[in-house]
Amino acid sequence: MDKYLKTADTDWYKQRITGVIVCALAAFVVLLIRLIVLQVIMGDEYRHLSLNNSIRLQSIDPPRGRLYDRNGDLLVDNRPSFDVNITLKDAAPLDPTLDKLALHLKTPADTLLSQIKQTRGVSAYSPLLLQQDVGRDTLASIEVSKFDLPGVSVNVNLRRHYIRERQAAHLIGYLSEISPAELKSGSYPDCRSGDLIGKFGAEKVYENSLRGKRGGRQVEVNANGLVVRILKTVAAEPGHNIYLTIDQNLQHRAEALLEGVVGAAVAVEPATGKILTLASSPAFDQNSFVGGITREQWKSLISNPFRPMSNRAIQGEYPPGSTYKIITALAGLQEGVIDDKTVLHCPGHYRFGNRIYRCWKRGGHGKVDIIKAVEESCDVFFYQVGQRLGVDRLAWYAKAFGLGSPTGVHLDHEAHGLIPTAAWKKRRTGVPWQEGETLSIAIGQGFNLATPIQMAVLAAAVANGGHRYRPLILDNIKLVDGQSLQKNEPKLIGKLPVSPAHLELVKLGLWKVVNGENGTARGSRLADIDISGKTGTSQVISRKQDESMAEEDLPVHLRSHAWFVAYAPSEKPTIAVAVVIEHGEHGSGAAAPIAKEMIKAFLRKAPVNAQVAAQKESADTANGG
Amino acid sequence: MFDRRLVQYFDWGLMGLAILIGCVGLITLYSAVTAETPAPQKVLFFKQLLWFSVGLIAMVSAFLFNYKILDRWAQPIYFGCIALLLAVLFFGKYVGGSRRWLIIGPVSLQPSELVKIAVIIALARYYSKDAKTSGYTLRELVRPFMIIMLPVLLIGMQPDLGTAGLVVLIAGSITVFVKIERRSFICLIGSGAVVVPLIWFFLKEYQKQRILTFLDPDRDPLGAGYHIIQSKIAIGSGMLSGKGFLKGTQNALSFLPEEHTDFIFSVLAEEWGFLGSVTLVLLFLILIIWGLNVAHACREPFGTILAVGVAAMIFWQALINIGMSMGLLPVVGVPLPFVSYGGSSVLTTAISIGLLLNVSMRRFMLD
Repeated sequence: MDKYLKTADTDWYKQRITGVIVCALAAFVVLLIRLIVLQVIMGDEYRHLSLNNSIRLQSIDPPRGRLYDRNGDLLVDNRPSFDVNITLKDAAPLDPTLDKLALHLKTPADTLLSQIKQTRGVSAYSPLLLQQDVGRDTLASIEVSKFDLPGVSVNVNLRRHYIRERQAAHLIGYLSEISPAELKSGSYPDCRSGDLIGKFGAEKVYENSLRGKRGGRQVEVNANGLVVRILKTVAAEPGHNIYLTIDQNLQHRAEALLEGVVGAAVAVEPATGKILTLASSPAFDQNSFVGGITREQWKSLISNPFRPMSNRAIQGEYPPGSTYKIITALAGLQEGVIDDKTVLHCPGHYRFGNRIYRCWKRGGHGKVDIIKAVEESCDVFFYQVGQRLGVDRLAWYAKAFGLGSPTGVHLDHEAHGLIPTAAWKKRRTGVPWQEGETLSIAIGQGFNLATPIQMAVLAAAVANGGHRYRPLILDNIKLVDGQSLQKNEPKLIGKLPVSPAHLELVKLGLWKVVNGENGTARGSRLADIDISGKTGTSQVISRKQDESMAEEDLPVHLRSHAWFVAYAPSEKPTIAVAVVIEHGEHGSGAAAPIAKEMIKAFLRKAPVNAQVAAQKESADTANGG
Repeated sequence: MFDRRLVQYFDWGLMGLAILIGCVGLITLYSAVTAETPAPQKVLFFKQLLWFSVGLIAMVSAFLFNYKILDRWAQPIYFGCIALLLAVLFFGKYVGGSRRWLIIGPVSLQPSELVKIAVIIALARYYSKDAKTSGYTLRELVRPFMIIMLPVLLIGMQPDLGTAGLVVLIAGSITVFVKIERRSFICLIGSGAVVVPLIWFFLKEYQKQRILTFLDPDRDPLGAGYHIIQSKIAIGSGMLSGKGFLKGTQNALSFLPEEHTDFIFSVLAEEWGFLGSVTLVLLFLILIIWGLNVAHACREPFGTILAVGVAAMIFWQALINIGMSMGLLPVVGVPLPFVSYGGSSVLTTAISIGLLLNVSMRRFMLD
């Protein structure tokens, strides 16, 4: 068959258009039938449903994840809170209802009315919060009188509960209402106005894991707004539980020790970088944020001169003082400007240029080698080492030891600290570096600034033989059923650029600081636990070197800060600590005892744990593990 | 230039019908925006009024010239719209997860609306040359495919899958109208039947869930499922004669989301009841058939296909929008012509009707 191509002409088009018209008609007939079904056949039913807008959405808030310490001790929980709401459309007539409600709530009806008037932009069909966290008795009295209180409902909501007041306040953080700016930013896509989100600390950093997913219900209500039928439910997904690395007992002990002073204490596991304690004093009560902090409370927190909202453990920048000598010593050895046999003489002062730089010990230390210099913290020895090295080489080593930049701990507002170089000073002040300033740098004064967490990581690195691990606050994230979602593994971020031999040499000096005859921290020696460490006293104001006024006579705010960094046990360290007490004067007097008590608290229970661990191990091997 | 016969053959009925639908739309929109609590948005009504005025001018301009010159202008118009689509991807205002609007001074323009006309004109031009009764083969369809796919992809990238799908439906209708050759058609359907399950297989779980939820709003009882129920309640509660102008309670209490765009039909159905909603549905049906009649009366292919394209556009938009608000179709953001709020939609519809009038009044001209 020959199929010849026929050109489409008007008649052909007309034919096809007729077909199209038929299709269009058919489709619209379907629409019309549907209209009949909805409006004529089922019209009554829909009219009834529309009268009270009977079908509504109720939201189901997800339970927020809890926070635990590394051993599974509960730190932050949720507890039920009974909140009284009113739905305006159902509450008509309003005034009698409010009068009756006022009796139950023991609040004047006028207050309730003004509260309602104040909330704008809420539809008459949404429940409006009147009072939060009413007691069980109020709940009972309202529930019993429900028939008399149309539109009033009591919901059980979950309220954040920080179990121990002020414990790890800066680390854990707190919740507060989401701000309009945060809603707009798009970082919180599932949140609505009025939701509580983490604003500080771990609550903020792990917000996405903790929050969970909102659920909801389609419900049918009657003329009074009472739910008569649940149509469909979308379950809420609870948030994940966060296991922090801290040890709750140790944290508690550290905070008790810091009570009454201003400062911070950080304890780290040298082998993993996991933070055992992060304490900053003074602290604040996170529970005061839960119901919505009052303006007075907030003002008093903000204007408190001791700044309780500041997390000194990661934000506080102080001159490290003599703790810096660890760096000077290792740098000097590594660069070869001194060695284990170098002996220098300390008469109590050192002349450089046309200035006299004093040693803290008036009479001087006499003949000093590196071990003695560390043990007795001889300034003169380190002046000379610093002078030989020069500020830039010192700065290189300090930065390699992690100072001068954030450790990367997973918290907001971590400070950088400061390690000056010649170029930096020229840029900053326009004045070139004076060699005499290097001497101050070498003993941890001058422009140097370090944070407690930087010093703790430094101590940990020295303790474990030269490996720098990122400090971690998260141990694990678990689902509500206990399944582990994300176990945090140690993260190596650097190695100390020193040879093992040099490190061992300095570590011997650090051991002697606590255990030697003349060690500056010999007062913190323990009989059963072998501690190594370094004291530090960092001056707040630069004092003329021949200032004769004793430290104790200075007004408090001008007294030096007290530092102590330590690790224990010296052979195989399991804990490294950094403590700083603002205006605490001497490291040995103020900071070292705190570190000692912390180490004691941590290690004295360790023998029990070690036994348990050993038993488990033998059981595993018996089972062919 | 001005032939008296143009006035003689002018289709006043069609223009009147379009204006009638426009008035119905304005009345409904007025109710939708004034009843909103807590903040009535009367400004939207006045904006729409302004757009109708501009639309009227555009409609008239669209029949002042001989539509046949569009044959020569098809390509520049098409590529001009493509340029606008590209511009919106880079410079468009980012609103609620997508970029659909270009801000030019005080005016927000939605290029994806305008590009519908461009595609209709471009396809009409291609299909009017050497058309055969046996239909187009696959090889011959490659070019139309590319003409269609370029804007569809650009619109899809905004992302605006609703409008992209609409363009596919309109273009598809035009193509089926000019006939696809039987074997090619079977090939197309066959390959579709194979490809679609294959794509389904490769989709990730959450994407599958999204599609299923889209197709069945009941799976999303807190979102689309809820909107559909409220819309059906609104429509159904209108019963025979409606609750009366400005007395729609569903609408007033903001239970209808997007009540001035997607669910505007529900507002009308609630207030004017069965009588009102049937009237609007019939008006649209008459408009579509009138457009097809214009195609029927046209004596040359380009105008015929152009008219069919315009009718297809109005058909699909009306069908999908009304069907969706009644729960027959998934929730897609497709505007109801002349009724939904939206300047670009009003403009596009006005221009399209102007083109219909254009084709209609020149049906006696034989060149």
